[in-house]
Amino acid sequence: MKNIKYIGIALFFVGFCMFHYLILGGNYKITKSSLTNAITNTVHFDAISKHIQLGSEQGLFETVSSVKSAVQNAQVDVNNNFEKLKTNNTPLPNGMGEWDYKIGDGNISGYAQSITKASIGESHLSSIKTWGLLSFLLCIVGALLWISSRFNRQPGIQNDGLFHNPLTRGITAPVRNVLLIVVGVGILVYGYLTKSTNWAIISVLIALLIAGLVFWYENKTVTKGSKSIAPNVNGYAGIALGLYLISFYVLLYWAPAYLVSATKILDPLSIALSGNPASQWFLYGFLYTVAMIVMGIRMYAKYRHDKYQLMRTGSVVFFQLTFAFLLPEILVKLNMPYHDFKNIWPLDYDFLFDWNINSLIANGTFGIFILVWGIFLAIVGVPLMTYFFGKRWYCSWVCGCGGLAETAGDPFRQMSDNSLKAWRVERYVIHGVFVAAIVMTVLVLYTFFTGNYQFLGMESYQLRSWYGFLIGAGFSGVVGTGFYPVMGNRVWCRFGCPLAGYLGIVQRFFSRYRITTNGGQCISCGNCSTYCEMGIDVRSYAQKGQDIVRSSCVGCGICSAVCPRGVLRLENSDLDIKTRTKHTSGLVIDGNGAHFNF
Amino acid sequence: MRIVIIGNGISGVTAARHIRKLSDHEIIMISEEGEYFFSRTALMYIYMGHMRKEDTMPYEPYFWKKNRIQLIQDRVTKVDPEKQILSLKKGESLAFDKLILATGSTPRPHPAIPDMSAVKGVSGMYHIQDLEGLEKISSEVKRAVVVGGGLIGIELAEMLHSRGTKVTLLVRENSYWNMVLPPEESNMVTEHIKSHHIDLQCSTEMADFTIENSQIKQVNTNKGEQIPCQYLGMSIGVIANIAFLKDSGIETDRAILVNNNLQTNYKNIYAIGDSAQLKTPNPGRRNIEAVWYTGKMMGEVVAHNVIGESITYDPGIWFNSAKFMDIEYQVYGTVPAKMPEEFDSLYWQHPTLDKSIRIVYKKENEEVIGFNLMGIRYRHEVCERWLKAKNTLSEVLPRLPLANFDPEFSKVFEADLVSQYNKKFGKSLQVKESRGLSNVINYFKSFGNI
Repeated sequence: MKNIKYIGIALFFVGFCMFHYLILGGNYKITKSSLTNAITNTVHFDAISKHIQLGSEQGLFETVSSVKSAVQNAQVDVNNNFEKLKTNNTPLPNGMGEWDYKIGDGNISGYAQSITKASIGESHLSSIKTWGLLSFLLCIVGALLWISSRFNRQPGIQNDGLFHNPLTRGITAPVRNVLLIVVGVGILVYGYLTKSTNWAIISVLIALLIAGLVFWYENKTVTKGSKSIAPNVNGYAGIALGLYLISFYVLLYWAPAYLVSATKILDPLSIALSGNPASQWFLYGFLYTVAMIVMGIRMYAKYRHDKYQLMRTGSVVFFQLTFAFLLPEILVKLNMPYHDFKNIWPLDYDFLFDWNINSLIANGTFGIFILVWGIFLAIVGVPLMTYFFGKRWYCSWVCGCGGLAETAGDPFRQMSDNSLKAWRVERYVIHGVFVAAIVMTVLVLYTFFTGNYQFLGMESYQLRSWYGFLIGAGFSGVVGTGFYPVMGNRVWCRFGCPLAGYLGIVQRFFSRYRITTNGGQCISCGNCSTYCEMGIDVRSYAQKGQDIVRSSCVGCGICSAVCPRGVLRLENSDLDIKTRTKHTSGLVIDGNGAHFNF
Repeated sequence: MRIVIIGNGISGVTAARHIRKLSDHEIIMISEEGEYFFSRTALMYIYMGHMRKEDTMPYEPYFWKKNRIQLIQDRVTKVDPEKQILSLKKGESLAFDKLILATGSTPRPHPAIPDMSAVKGVSGMYHIQDLEGLEKISSEVKRAVVVGGGLIGIELAEMLHSRGTKVTLLVRENSYWNMVLPPEESNMVTEHIKSHHIDLQCSTEMADFTIENSQIKQVNTNKGEQIPCQYLGMSIGVIANIAFLKDSGIETDRAILVNNNLQTNYKNIYAIGDSAQLKTPNPGRRNIEAVWYTGKMMGEVVAHNVIGESITYDPGIWFNSAKFMDIEYQVYGTVPAKMPEEFDSLYWQHPTLDKSIRIVYKKENEEVIGFNLMGIRYRHEVCERWLKAKNTLSEVLPRLPLANFDPEFSKVFEADLVSQYNKKFGKSLQVKESRGLSNVINYFKSFGNI
């Protein structure tokens, strides 16, 4: 049986290499027809054609860079022309508006992507068609065979050797901090150079303020040291995987032109679903969904003795496959607006952007329905469901981010820092993002209703673009997922997600949900705290016999599953909401002496 | 007032925490084993790679400073109760006003190997040093023998097994832990251990062994089997760690003798945890109970006594829990391994899975006196309520799901047990309650307990 596992690993490895050879290698040839296919705007077509060299066979990297510089040169030409026409008061051709005529900064990466994709050479195209799907298939089958070995183990907790494995044993605090700072500063500098100078500086100031507050508080209360990061652990494979994921996200968000061959593999599927060729987002959605299904099967193998785990894993995979992946594509095919019905503001931060509202309203009844449904979820659905079930109804049963964390991220849950210091940072950061999301949305709506895009000196367009860049892409993607193997699988959910912040406030103050502890059975072993992906020190409550009411708890139920003494249970009750945070069971010493009480 | 606590295990630490909660006295805690308190019960998980050593520490390092609990890593070699002075191994001495002895236990050495530290590849699994020693030789250990059928024995077997070491577990009894577990449960665990391909040999003892170059080479069983091995784990019980008190004048028997205020024969010296032996334990309870929660309870009780509030120790109704590889075990109340004439029990076992429920009752009036669970979790407070109130089977059974503490959506088996009762006694009890916190709260409210 062990052989099957190694065959699986080998197949996965072959498929993985094949896929990367296909997307990074191959030949590209820019021709007249590839330009015609890629550019519909006639002004842009003429301008770009002038600067681009046709006909030569090149690799991916040369092609992207030559296309990019051609588009940048064309941008200068077109925008100069525009100024000339404007001073001469000449009307733009074909009744074009300013932004139809000009090439915006945002268009550059789009053109780089579409021209590169249309220029895939013939021989490369045929290898993509022959080997592309096969490479996916090999990865999937390999991973499943790899996972299948878990079914041979007896049902029960399968955490043997996690802290001996270079992929899952975690890294030292200094290495983690260096990685975090390098990536964070990298994103800010990139944003400073390409997007918004002011907001980059403001972000740095906010980060310094938060760090300052945390450190000031640390000094005030003598709370030094962090127990969850051990000395002498060096999960080099985890660092490697983290760097790989970070690079993938960087390409996905800011250089999708390098991923065109990968999207080409999925064109047939995308066209079948939505009628459009695959974008990088379709590629992302596909990989995301496949990862969740495959790793969901792993969860099934790992926790098949625990029905709660099976139900919620089934639920997140279902919502990802249908609501997040298939349904929006089908809506596009039916000429309806692309929408994920389970995504909720403020996680869905552009839901209330003017262009989205306008496009929904323009779509008639169905669009209005989406708008009303989205607002209903955010205002009524979230508090109501959270009152009844805690935030887990969303975070570990419905949400896509949570879904990936609970399936693909499961091997890394033990890396979440459960020190008090980490909790302090978490509270400042997540509520900071929540406030930022509210401010940003209020500004956007102010602009939508008044047409005025300045408010208290803040420009709503700049702010929303910066929020999308920093939080939407940088935090939730690059850091949120790229840091799975470095800081645990819920980095985004724990430190960044504004919806989690919102759900958490409801859960902490107005919910029936809590984790109950079972009398005096706790032996303080620490399995619960170690495997809490949100870095909650569950043990500190369990050993006191105090119910766990924490805004961050996503109700994954793993603490209860790994407890060797049957101490923890996820429960809801409205009978003791007011006292649920205070109630402790354990030894009581009163007038009758010492006795065990509840 | 300076209060010195010897030992930083769960009893000593609980005492220190509660003294700090109640007072501002100077607290000094001395232990040689490790700098910070860790959960001894989690040692196995470090070896198995489930946790790091840091993860087994219930309090972060800042905790001790914040609570002004001074830690000294040293060994107490002598106690002078008259002069109220301790001698430390590193040469210093330390005066105390009150002393709490929480020194715990140490693995019972096999008569044939009185000094385990002298032989490479032989150890118990009690101290962090035992774990470090095993870790050091781990790569050389291909085959191991564990002697003793207690809780540490199976932990050791599971630990070694998790690293692919072939393990033989020698158990004197004819099934695993059958001096504590009733026969059905004991058989279930025995079969479960074997199903993990651990070579469990019951009714078998170690006859002798071979040591070469002060390294364990081979173990011979009393059945004539010769097992070459590189590691021999000893888990034949623990003894109180009190050797250093010899000739100190503090009264000891198997452990340090204490009254119900946990006081020794010197009124400013107390003993708690595994190292304390009650002169007059509660009826039905043993005088030394080396379990986690009694250490915790004693720690809290002694804190009150030390600061001058006289509180007597009362551990309440017996309970315990453990995990045998994948089978969780919980017990509440009295569950004898061999049912005496006046007791009987209702027993339900799952046809395929390792799950069972046993309810022990008195034959004369069907009063429920104990619950024994395998693979199923029960709610402590509910079980204790029924036991305290001396409820009968017909009072408990219809409400039995209230006690169920298994995760949501998991199958509830209480109805099966009730129908078994109906069959046995020709009755027709119906399950009236269902599982869940609200039902439990309402149940407790119904007699004004909340």
